[in-house]
Amino acid sequence: MNHFLVNQHIFSIIVCLLLIAIPTAAQAEDPYAAKRAAMIAAIEMDVRAGYGNLERDNLDKKVVKALAKVPRHEFVPKNLQYAAYENRPLPIGHGQTISQPYIVAIMTNLLQVGKNDRVLEIGTGSGYQIAVLAELVDKAYSIEIIEPLGKRTKTLLQRLGYNNITLKIGDGYYGWEEHAPFDAIIVTAAASHIPPPLIKQLKPGGRMVVPVGSRFMVQELLLVQKSDKGEISTRQLLPVGFVPLTGKH
Amino acid sequence: MKLKAPVYSIAMLSSAMLAYEILLMRLFSIIQWHHFAYMIISLALLGFGASGTFVSIFQAAFSKRFTAVFLINIILFSVSSLSCFLLAQSAPFNPDEILWDRQQSLRLLGIYLLLALPFFFAANAIALALTCFHQSIARIYAFDLFGAGLGCFGIVLLLFITMPLHALLIIGYMGLTAAALAAWELKAERRGWILGALILLGSGMAVIDSRSQLKLSPYKELTQMLRIHGTDVVSEHSSPLGLLSVLQNHAIPLRHAPGLSLSATGEPPEQTGVFTDGGSMTAITRETGNPADYAYLDQVTSAAPYHLFQPKHVLILGAGGGSNILQARYHSAHQIDAVELNPQLIRLMREDYADFTGNLLNTENITIYQGEARGFISATGKQYDLIEIALLDSFAASSAGLYALNESYLYTVEALQAMLKRLQPDGYLVITRWIKLPPRDSLKLFATAVDALKKSGLENPGQQLMFLRSWQTGTLLIKNGPVTVDEINALKAFASTRAFDLDWHPDIQPDETNRFNRLAESYFYQAAEAILGDERAAFFDRYKFDLQPATDDRPYFFHFFKWSVLPEILSLRESGGLSLLDGGYLVLVATLAQAIVTSIILILFPLFFTVKQTPPINTISKGHVITYFSAVGLAFLFIEIAFIQKFILFLHHPLYAVALVLAAFLVFAGLGSSFSWKLLKSYSYQRAIALSLTGIIMLGLLYMLFLQSIFAFFMASAIILKIPLTILLIAPLAFFMGMPFPLALAKLSAAAPGLIPWAWGINGCASVVSAVLATLLAIAIGFNAVILLALLLYGVAWLSFPVKHSAKNASLTK
Repeated sequence: MNHFLVNQHIFSIIVCLLLIAIPTAAQAEDPYAAKRAAMIAAIEMDVRAGYGNLERDNLDKKVVKALAKVPRHEFVPKNLQYAAYENRPLPIGHGQTISQPYIVAIMTNLLQVGKNDRVLEIGTGSGYQIAVLAELVDKAYSIEIIEPLGKRTKTLLQRLGYNNITLKIGDGYYGWEEHAPFDAIIVTAAASHIPPPLIKQLKPGGRMVVPVGSRFMVQELLLVQKSDKGEISTRQLLPVGFVPLTGKH
Repeated sequence: MKLKAPVYSIAMLSSAMLAYEILLMRLFSIIQWHHFAYMIISLALLGFGASGTFVSIFQAAFSKRFTAVFLINIILFSVSSLSCFLLAQSAPFNPDEILWDRQQSLRLLGIYLLLALPFFFAANAIALALTCFHQSIARIYAFDLFGAGLGCFGIVLLLFITMPLHALLIIGYMGLTAAALAAWELKAERRGWILGALILLGSGMAVIDSRSQLKLSPYKELTQMLRIHGTDVVSEHSSPLGLLSVLQNHAIPLRHAPGLSLSATGEPPEQTGVFTDGGSMTAITRETGNPADYAYLDQVTSAAPYHLFQPKHVLILGAGGGSNILQARYHSAHQIDAVELNPQLIRLMREDYADFTGNLLNTENITIYQGEARGFISATGKQYDLIEIALLDSFAASSAGLYALNESYLYTVEALQAMLKRLQPDGYLVITRWIKLPPRDSLKLFATAVDALKKSGLENPGQQLMFLRSWQTGTLLIKNGPVTVDEINALKAFASTRAFDLDWHPDIQPDETNRFNRLAESYFYQAAEAILGDERAAFFDRYKFDLQPATDDRPYFFHFFKWSVLPEILSLRESGGLSLLDGGYLVLVATLAQAIVTSIILILFPLFFTVKQTPPINTISKGHVITYFSAVGLAFLFIEIAFIQKFILFLHHPLYAVALVLAAFLVFAGLGSSFSWKLLKSYSYQRAIALSLTGIIMLGLLYMLFLQSIFAFFMASAIILKIPLTILLIAPLAFFMGMPFPLALAKLSAAAPGLIPWAWGINGCASVVSAVLATLLAIAIGFNAVILLALLLYGVAWLSFPVKHSAKNASLTK
């Protein structure tokens, strides 16, 4: 491990400790703050154990900050709020799930977004993922195909004050031409293939992340990159520190 | 007044019960997944076992009020068959969450117990009749088994003409009919009132049934699709092969093109989705008249062979909605033959969607065959330039390991050998599978192809194989002859323009691989090298998933799970490790654990407190009784389950095989059982048991040696010949297998009647466990080994036959 990484780790541990030790006044306002901090600490440990299957073995400090800010419990059904900060996916109705926070963290990390980037999400679902991204960028766009779910999430995001998210209910196959091109696209809705219009709407140098698998188990993360010259390449990343052959790490 | 045994009522009840068991397997395939079939066999047996205990405890009280108790149990069966299923399906059970949420295991247990209830009631009625009319046991048995056999066939027919939920109501009515028959056979008082009550009950059930509908898991593909605005189910078609749901959406088009290249620009024309049992979607595509609209079919990995040569005669195994046919047509194949298992899907394409598809299936150079792929391959005499196995199962189910328990006789070494024989010289066999990460399917397929080529006498399999992949699908090309340099170059050109990775061809260099869709390492190439080289065994050993090729004896292509990796995977649960597990397999393991615990609690535990130790007990060893009856219970179902599986290959469809094999076993074991009573009139217990066990062991060994050859000989025959042959093959074995249990019971009733409830209970427990254990063992060691194990168990039974040490060999003479 090089010196830089050691520093990164120390920094993130300090961030976590600070979060845990946030003054009691803040805790009184947000009874979930401690749970959230513990969740982030757990995620960071898991990311570090990723054995290089992911691009990086640490979370960007901006991503950590964003995760610390978004009240995940608001995005899950009331009866499951007790489990909102457990590192697991949860059903949110309409046959949809809110992704496991660990997966949200590494997907956000993979997108490497900057403040001025435009982000598009296909499949809003609970709204948690786009809320995390909205903490990092100025403009975030999201499309949800299931009408009642889209309406519910829209109201929630408004209530939580996410004014930089624009949400549309409809078909995500053709992306959102009006706001294209995008620096980052995340496709969380299941599809038989990656829609060609989305590849087109990805800016040169941009990144697209697609979680692949079933609702409760993400098998891999597909990272599509468009070079500055517009060439497409993909990386298929295992979200877990696992190698298929024994005796090989 | 001396009453006769209510045999007609029993026949009707048994028929309803067996039909219910098979229908439940269908219903669970629709609302959840196929692997719950094993749970259903085991819970039916649990109902039986628990009933054995229950009746033996309350025997005296029940016998006094036989007519009332008999009637009530039948009515309870009837009512619970409908209501327990409706209740069970409304439990929010999600197998995917089992490892996250403890409540899920409880819900599974609840469903298990709830669905065991109807079997419990039906078994109560039958067991009570057997106890109270012991002088006509043989007659009751015969009617019971005849009815059961009829039920197996009846439900298959019923599923062709009615929707599954209506079939459930009809089974409930069969129960009510059995109750009415019983009232008359037993000359019950106030029969008019009873009949009136039954009719009232039936009307109530009809109302409930008409207001109910199947509640599919919210995570099934069909349910997910229906949430999209504008989606409607246009039609539904039910058959024993599956429930077809046809979906259309005019607002948001369906665009099914799995594995489409990232450099593709087009999209499919209008499509209609057809789901089987709420999953495995296949798309029917509109004929636009413009060939360019089908260019997307050239942007997937399965289009590769058409760029190597111009195949004249193409065979597609698994026509589905016709995508592969369109692909062959797009590439100007001269003659296209396609095989499709489901006749309703063919009819749909030919009739309802004839205009939509531009009469695709009625085109001159396209011939569709209704049948199962493996059966077609063995029967056809034709030679093809290209044989293609279509990718019809769904990615989500495949990635969650839900097929782990599905036997498949399409991806075995023997199957590939048979397909290679049907290829013209230099023809290609092409198979496309989903890509999983870490790689599983594609590697096992590669190993299977290598074995098939080696067994066909080819020394350099690596020279005949090529493999390419997109991020989503992988296609293996197996050539009937060495691959040429021109073909390699053509494939390279095809792959690079579509950003597909070429991970194996005979002249491959490591740096050519893993370029476009990059994995952490060049897993496919490395694995191909290892599988073709000397380190194959070591590689299989070190690989954390089971890559051993599937064979006809162990046809579990989709099973990858290794127990040794379980601790590592569980430790990675929170960091995204659960997709490494095969979900289906774990449900089976959970079912086994559940079967063991519940059968002990419900069957054996009550006996501890209630069965009085009668004096003759010291003359027969209790240990022998336990060993004997567990061995016989385990062995019977080991053989039955192994034979169901073996005959799936022969009869080509699981449900037909289950219905026919089960019916044959029931009827002939019943005959054997009633014959065993006669046998005791002239033979001692020991000689009778020796005769039956010798018969089982000899026949079992003979079948292990020759069944494969018999199958091979008749494989191409018509089903009309295969059905009587199946019955003929099973009859003698089942006949002998029907004897050991009643023989030992007879012995006990003469020497130690106090142990009889134990005998029933232990046998019941062993059966419940055995149904699940047989499949787990088959996955690990193959069916022949399971049969061998069963024969050994019969050997153990022989040695432990409960003999009274001092007693003379008293025979059961009356």
